[in-house]
Order: sequence, then C-alpha cells, then structure tokens
Amino acid sequence: MTGIPDSSSAVSPANGNALRSSLPWIVAVVVLLVLPQVFQANSAITILNQMMITIIFALSYNMLLGQGGMLSFGHAVYMGVGGFFCMHVMNLVEANELPIWLHVLPIFGGLFSLGLATIVGSFSTRKAGTVFAMISLGIGELVAACSLIIIVFFGGEEGISGDRTYFKPFFGVKFLQQNEVYYLIAFWTIVSALLMYLFSRTPVGRMANAVRDNPERAEFLGYSARWVRYFSFCGAGFFAGIAGALVAINFEILTETDLNLGKSGMILLITFLGGTGFFFGPIIGAIVFTLLQSVLSLQTELWQLYVGALFVATVMFFPGGLAGLLMMHQPAMRLGNLGLLVVPYVNTLIPAAIGALGLAGLMEMLFHVRHAAVGDIEMRLFWITFDSHTILPWVIAIATMITGFWLAYRNAPKLRE
Amino acid sequence: MDLVAINLIDGLFYGLLLFMLSAGLTLIFSMMGILNFAHASFYMLGAYFAYQISLYLGFWAGLLIAPPLVGVLGALIERYGLRRVHQFGHVPELVFTFGLAWLIEEVVKFIWGNNMMAYQEPEILKFALFHIGSNSIQAYKVFMIFTSMAIFIGLLFILTRTRIGLIIQAALSYPKTVEALGHNVPLIFMGVFGVGTALAGVAGVLAGPSLGTFPGMAVVLGSIVFVTIVIGGLGSLWGALIASLLIGWMTTAAASSSFQFATLLEFFGMTPPADLDESYLRDLWTLSLPQIGPILPYIFMILILVLRPYGLFGKRDA
Repeated sequence: MTGIPDSSSAVSPANGNALRSSLPWIVAVVVLLVLPQVFQANSAITILNQMMITIIFALSYNMLLGQGGMLSFGHAVYMGVGGFFCMHVMNLVEANELPIWLHVLPIFGGLFSLGLATIVGSFSTRKAGTVFAMISLGIGELVAACSLIIIVFFGGEEGISGDRTYFKPFFGVKFLQQNEVYYLIAFWTIVSALLMYLFSRTPVGRMANAVRDNPERAEFLGYSARWVRYFSFCGAGFFAGIAGALVAINFEILTETDLNLGKSGMILLITFLGGTGFFFGPIIGAIVFTLLQSVLSLQTELWQLYVGALFVATVMFFPGGLAGLLMMHQPAMRLGNLGLLVVPYVNTLIPAAIGALGLAGLMEMLFHVRHAAVGDIEMRLFWITFDSHTILPWVIAIATMITGFWLAYRNAPKLRE
Repeated sequence: MDLVAINLIDGLFYGLLLFMLSAGLTLIFSMMGILNFAHASFYMLGAYFAYQISLYLGFWAGLLIAPPLVGVLGALIERYGLRRVHQFGHVPELVFTFGLAWLIEEVVKFIWGNNMMAYQEPEILKFALFHIGSNSIQAYKVFMIFTSMAIFIGLLFILTRTRIGLIIQAALSYPKTVEALGHNVPLIFMGVFGVGTALAGVAGVLAGPSLGTFPGMAVVLGSIVFVTIVIGGLGSLWGALIASLLIGWMTTAAASSSFQFATLLEFFGMTPPADLDESYLRDLWTLSLPQIGPILPYIFMILILVLRPYGLFGKRDA
C-alpha cells in the first residue's frame, strides 16, 4: 500500500524529492520552536511537554502495531523501565556529582529498554498475532506486579523520584524552568521521530511491512520473519525507553502507574485513534488525546466516557483513524475540488456538533442528578449556572440533541456523494 | 490438614468462577477467532444488572433475569459492532473489544458511580454450612460451586449431544461448508457470542455478592481469564476447566502459605547480608510466597507460550 506513492516519487528528480520529504520536518522544527513563544503560560508548557513525550511513545508503539503488525498490550513496560533506570542515573549523578549533561540521559533510558527488549523479544517475537499479544500482556502484568515487589529498583508504591538540576549545566541552563525542559524534550522529539521515520525507510523497516502483510511470502523470499519482527521490537523498545527518560526528566518521579496495563492500553488507544496506517497518524493521536485529556478533564468528570465513546466510534467507522480520515481527502485535493466538499461538510458537521453538545449536556445533567451531593441542585454547564432538577434545561438539551442529529442525519447522504 | 481442605474448597470456588468466564471466552474464540477483551466487562454488567434487579425483585429474580439480559446485549454488540469491524481485519477487532471494555467500565461508573454496591447474597444462603477446624464454609460458596458445575455439565451436554451443539462444532471447523448446507452461520455466531456473554453474566451475578460489585471488578479478573484460556489451550472447553482449577488452587495455596524465600536461600547455604537495608538483594530476602502468588499464573502462561504455544489441551496454534 505505502510502496506505491513512494515508487512514483522516486522517479522525480532527486533534489526536488529531498526538499519535498524534508519540508514537513522543517515545518515541525519551526513549529516546536515557536510554540512556547505563543503559549507562555506554565500550564501550557506542561501540556506541550506531555504531548511531545506521548508523541515519541505513540510513534514507537506504531513501529510495532502499524509497521510490524504486532499488537502489544505491554508496551508501557519499556517506557517505564527506561524511566526508572534514568531516575537511578539521575540519583547517581546527584550523589557523585558526575559531569554529565541532562541531554544525554535519554540515551541511557533507551539503551536500558533496548536491553530488556532484546531479552523479551528473543522469545516473544517468534510468532505475531495472538501469541505475541498474550506474551506482551503477560510480561506487562508481570513487570507491573514486580514493580511493587522489587523495591530496590521500582521503589514500591511511592515510586522513585529525583532531581534534574544536579546535572552539569548546559551552557548555564540548569533546567529549573519548565520551558528550559521544553527545548530539551523538543530536541529529543525531533531526533527520535526522525530516526523512527528513517528506520521505516530502511530495508528492515520495509521488510517489517512485508512481514506484517504476508509473513509466509516474506519467508519464501528468504527473509526470516522472526528476525524482522525482532528488529522492529527492539527498535520500538529503544524509543519507548527514550520516552520514559523524558518522563523522568519532565516529572522527576516515576511510579507503578507509568508502566502498568492501563498505560499500555492508553497508548494503544492513542495510536489507533490517530491512525496506524500512516507515519504521522500517532502524532495526531497523541496531540488530540493530550488535548482532550488536559482540556476536557478540567471541564467535566465524564471525560473518560467521552474518550471511550470516541475511540469505539473511531474503530467502527474510521478504522484508518484520524490520519486515514485526513488522507481520504488527498485525491480531492489533488484534483483541486476540495472546495466542493465545504458546503456538505458545514451542513452535516455543524448540526452533528450541536447534537453532540446536546447529548453531552444531557449526560452531564443526568450525572449531576445521580451523583451530586444531596441538596446540591445547582450546576454549571457551558458557562451557565442553573438548577438541574427543573424541567427546562432537560427540554432544551433533548431538543438540541434531536434537532442536531436529525439535521446531520438528513444531510449525511449528500456528504457521501 | 484443615488448612489444605479449606484451600481446596477456596481454590475450587475461585477456579470454577474463572471457568464460567473462560468457558464463554474460549467458545467465542474458537468460533470467531476473536479474543474478546470485553468479556470480563460482561461479567461486571451481570453483577450490576443483578444488583439493580435484586433491589426490586430479590436475588433469585436477578439470577434468572440478569444473565439473559447480558446475553442479549452481547448478541446486539456482536451484530451491530463486531460484525461491522470484522471486515477491517483482525487487529481492529481486538482493538474494538478493548475499547468496548473501556467504554463499559465508564458507563458503569456513569450510572452506578465509583463506590461498591451493597449487593448481598440471599438470606436463605447466609449461614455456615459446615465447619473445618475453626473455619466455617458458607452455604453460598457451596451453592456457587454446584451451580457452576451444573453449568459445565449442561454446556458439555449441549455441545456434544444435541443437534445444535453438533452444528456449532461443525461451524467451528468448517464454517463455509456448514453455510453451504443451509445453516445460518452468522446467526450461530451471534448466538454463541450471546451465550458466551450470558455465561459471563452468570459468573458476575454469582460473584458479585462474595467478591464485591464495583467498577474495577472487570479489571481484576480481566487478564487472568486470558491467562486461563491460553494455558488451557485456546478453544478447548476441557482445557479451560483444568486451567481454571489449576490457577484457582495455585493462587489460593500461594496466598495462604507462609513460605519465605529466605529459608530457600539459607537452604542453599547463603547467609543474609549483614546490613539488609543497604543490600541490593534485600527484596529477595524479604520476599514471601503470598507476595508473588498473583503473578504465578502469568509466569506459567509465558512458559506455556514459549514451550508449548497451543496450550495444555489445545489442538491448534494460538
């Protein structure tokens, strides 16, 4: 699938090709440099840091799922273990005043996770599919349980914390501020994303796609499907370790929740939401999810319910994820008639959004009525304070929901055309 | 001796509970090749539905009504969700059930809140049936053990002795041929999914009072059920039974033992380090069997997958 557009672009002149393929990266660098100037608030920087870490983590997960066809339920193990190791390095640096820059720390994390991945991968990548998924689940549970038992390394329930400021100052930067950390994380995000992209272009990366689609045929061509999977697995482990190291740097604490099954499931969700078929899919997924998580969770207690519903809807209706949805428009864009789509989109999506808001309002009120403290009948929703036990807001919410969805439903056939 | 007997009964109780979940899961897997990650969520729904019904009609009505409700819900999800996702391939199917598990948990939290429900066993079964040493065995536990045994025998009978069971078995191995013979295979799939989830619902109804009805109950059993069917061999009913009992006895025995690893280390002639708090091996010296009890099944599963990927009783590769 992905091979077809590449072979056509390889025919075009080499320098034009190089410019075209490096353009997104230049844009990404510029955007990452400009972002902290636009959003200067500390909370915004925190969200951005988290977003970039999630991007690395999701990209490394997609090396398994999207490119290698291996469904893992324990990928957070490699992130967590790398992070824990970095925490120990950080504490060692603090104790012995070692002259190391903080920038180097992610390499330690990556290498440690790579080590774990080479051990686990040696038996788990023998088969793809269910066997691999189940082994990853088992390892995930095992390490999560061990993290509460092996206190020397994982610190038990309270985890391990450290202090990043004891590293050798990098040209005077001591990483006391969030935005100093931002540039470090941004640097590593670009570097690891670029490396992962280049990995997907190497023969091994290409063969990973082949093994994903048809392992038997790849074996007949003389490639060992097992070794190809093994390389992808180790690579994914390495980059997950880098993400873990950045977690250690950013939050200065790691606990069991950084490597348990919930985290592994979350990254699966993020990657699938963004779309596994394209390299930039997980990036979109990570951005959207982090925004939902940080913005929505401030507004409502039900945000996980909404995210879950969004996720199930994505799997059911857009198996290509958000990236797949975007790329569906590529043919239209090439033909230059993207403008034709605007009117049907506006006609369908705006009522659908209104309907969704009505539904959300209804859910919030239901939730409030059921679970708020007794006597607390006032609630705030969409910047309006009202009494959730009177009939009027319910009527409004139901009416908005029905009209919105009805209009969307009526206009949807036009969108398909 | 008393302790052994108690452990055997407790292990049987836990193992048969696992079996009711894993029987449905393994049936669904052998039919459709789907590992249903939301299976334990149906178990949770069974407990919550039964609780809600028992508020109005009592425990027994809950036991009778809740499982079919869960089964119908499962069949609907198969018909309108899974069958739609099926065309996209295998991984989206797995991911769909995974998302479903998330969604069901959130919906349960939305409707019933985060707290444990006051779901109780019926008054008539609230007495100690007999005593072993100083420990009493609750009548409810015995009732549960017998119910799940009856379900296993019934299931085995239906699958091997009735016409429907034969068609199901045929559809397991040769769905195309069975379809060509005029049977409605998608309907059979939907039915099996419904029955499998209803079985999980029964398990939930029965386990709710004794293990607690709370939003995390699906997660507690969720992955251990997978371990069970992988160890037993995917698609094998007998394997699921043996593996469930094995895990049940293994975990209860580990949880109640007082074995310390230090004794093992001393047996091999090692001496504890003088300064235990500073030593890097301190966790090894303070380790006890109850601590690692919960992870024994996972170690067992990984060993099985590495050494014998088709499980104890499985006929084909996982």
